[in-house]
Amino acid sequence: MANWVLRSLARGIRTTRWPRAEETSLGVTPGRPRAATGMSAEAAERCPTAALMPVEHGVAVGFERCVHCQRCRHGATAMPWSGDFEWTGGGPRESVDLPARFRRSLHVRYVDAGACGGCMGEVRLIDAPPYNLHRFGIFITASPRDADVLLVGGPVTEAMRTPVRKAYAAMPDPKRVVAMGVCAINGGVFGASFASAGGVGEVIPVDYVIPGCPPPPLAIIHALLAVTGRAATQVTAEQP
Amino acid sequence: MSTCEDLLGTIGEHGAGIRTLDAGDRHLLEVTTQTLPKLAVDLTSRLRYEFATLVVDPGPDCSHTIHYFFYCPADATLVELVTGIKAGVSPPAISDQVHAADWYEREAEDMYGIHFAGHPFLGDFVLHDTEWPENVAPMRVDFDPGMRVQEPGLGERWHPRRLLSEEGALIFPVGPIWSDYAEAGLWLLETPGEQIRQAHSRLFYKYRGVEKIAEGQSPQRALLLAERFSGNSAFAHALAYCQALEKLAGSQIPARAEGLRVVFAELERIRYHAATIAELAGSTALLVGKSMGQEIEEDLLRLSGAVAGHRYLFGLVVPGGLAWEPQEKALRELEQGVAAAGARLGELEQLLVHSSSFLDRIEEMGTLTPELAASYGVVGPIARASGRALDLRRALPYGGYAGAECTVPCETEGDGYARLRVFFAEVRASVALIRATLAKLPEGPSSVPCEPQSGTALAWSEAPAGGAFHWVRLGADARIARWHIGTPGFRNWHAFHRAVEGVAFQDFPIILASFGLTVAENDL
Ligand code: SF4
Ligand code: SF4
Repeated sequence: MANWVLRSLARGIRTTRWPRAEETSLGVTPGRPRAATGMSAEAAERCPTAALMPVEHGVAVGFERCVHCQRCRHGATAMPWSGDFEWTGGGPRESVDLPARFRRSLHVRYVDAGACGGCMGEVRLIDAPPYNLHRFGIFITASPRDADVLLVGGPVTEAMRTPVRKAYAAMPDPKRVVAMGVCAINGGVFGASFASAGGVGEVIPVDYVIPGCPPPPLAIIHALLAVTGRAATQVTAEQP
Repeated sequence: MSTCEDLLGTIGEHGAGIRTLDAGDRHLLEVTTQTLPKLAVDLTSRLRYEFATLVVDPGPDCSHTIHYFFYCPADATLVELVTGIKAGVSPPAISDQVHAADWYEREAEDMYGIHFAGHPFLGDFVLHDTEWPENVAPMRVDFDPGMRVQEPGLGERWHPRRLLSEEGALIFPVGPIWSDYAEAGLWLLETPGEQIRQAHSRLFYKYRGVEKIAEGQSPQRALLLAERFSGNSAFAHALAYCQALEKLAGSQIPARAEGLRVVFAELERIRYHAATIAELAGSTALLVGKSMGQEIEEDLLRLSGAVAGHRYLFGLVVPGGLAWEPQEKALRELEQGVAAAGARLGELEQLLVHSSSFLDRIEEMGTLTPELAASYGVVGPIARASGRALDLRRALPYGGYAGAECTVPCETEGDGYARLRVFFAEVRASVALIRATLAKLPEGPSSVPCEPQSGTALAWSEAPAGGAFHWVRLGADARIARWHIGTPGFRNWHAFHRAVEGVAFQDFPIILASFGLTVAENDL
């Protein structure tokens, strides 16, 4: 019979020291393209989602549209790329900070509104040992009635519009909505169509967005810290 | 007598109903609708062919061409039956005898409005009757994918079929929003109390219309969809899709690219299985086991990120090879990282198989008998845990798998424990395959140009959850005219409910986890 308790104790603490220390391990994030001066319009042309835009002095980045296809990352016209992940942005709804009592006790309901295994895989890791969401006093709850935050992934499919609306309605005030991943922000590669709403904002108000396809676990945690006022949001559109 | 001669003999018997056409990689038979069911049954029962996929290709004026693909694992032959039907004509269903085709016919009915004669359960499938009016057929040529169908929610009221009539029997709904991080889907568990007597999976809450929105897109744009409709099997699906384009273009993929593709496909498989094992441990509340599995999964994601720039390998595979050449140093790190992850998974396996409290929850639990597995035509690890040693890497070798040493583990019990053993055994086989492939990785380019060529092609890969078939028709404008994706998810969810019949309620999440399926892969 395996002794799981001993195993567990012997393993020690495996959690990242971020945000107290920087997290620079390779592969914790896909990183992102950065606006650059002096780049030719050619660099922008490779982007399939118009996340890169040629402007007067170089190439601007609309990171909310980036699907992490990496097509601008290699070759002669490669864009500069940074290895960060603290990139949560404010959403369309201007919301004031949550009251201070939420700073160390926040309950989150995750809703899959058509997300693929990328976002599903990353969100499942936020409370795994390498990231340990609970150390921030943030908890995943099974019922929207106990939730302060609705974290939504996927472009919101036709059949999920009503469940998403109902989940939002069931939450007590004050409540916040976080759109996770480019699909949830604007439909991503699925766009708006007969089958997809083209983003959570089409169905319920959105307070925060987490760009990325998928956003890595630390970007998701960063967003939840931003909801509690413990981290700052970023401007996701960047000019050279 | 070889299967091929058997096949020719069978064709002879059916005589006038069949016309043999010339096709390179497969036997292409044009059949009349009357001959179709008999031939399909001959193939699957007498000649031991497996049903691969069913593709509807819409023509002008609501006519359709239907392609049925079968393959024979014994001699790696592929057979395509083609039949044309005019508007309003009902082709005969084959699913009353080839049960694996059941969902394909239901899907075609929903998507094209083709009514398969003799099929008992058409309607409410991909398009839920509660959301979509009855006459909508989104895959038809004249349907505008940009438009939301007006007045959604005005469809019929939908009620699950009730089978239990005893007093106190109820249908317990699970989903579509449930559990901590569950995917959207509805499972209706019918019970007189404690035991689940019947279960019904109502899926497609996540239907994103992938095949429809891809129409008219450039192959490069649609590649983004191939990776993202089921992102944790991104590499496998993108590979199958790219191989279809490469067949059309007649590209010769350099040996180095083929080798690297094997390496990344197996890396994806190991990571996928590590995640499944973690979920399974978690579903039985074995939290240390879950943590260990998740740590390995995370390390493999980081390894993928470090070597390929993306944790889920997006952007790596392109028509013609790989998008860029990974550095030698990175490949060495990959080999070490994979070996280390393999060793740690081996350690976890030893702990799990020596934990009787854990085994109690999965042994003789969620059994899919070999008979059921064969009847539903399940694929992947689920099939291999139920006595079906099926694997496209060996049954229809493609790319770098031709000539590769590829072990296909197989168990026969079909319970949760057999599936767990298969997941672990596949991890071992994949680690070995990665190391062997890297050891003799040829020098040379890792891609060749691959210009889009019009035409149709079927290609496939063994995704972590099982065989995936991508059928692509590129138009004269070099854009996607029709793309059909036959996924392992679609195959295996079809059978899932049979594994929960007779179990207690609290075992449902455990059996679900032991299948290791994603809903996204089913709900295209
Ligand atoms: S990685 Fe993002 S910015 Fe770069 S080409 Fe792809 S979508 Fe555009
Ligand atoms: S944002 Fe990307 S990873 Fe997330 S659900 Fe959409 S396609 Fe998948």
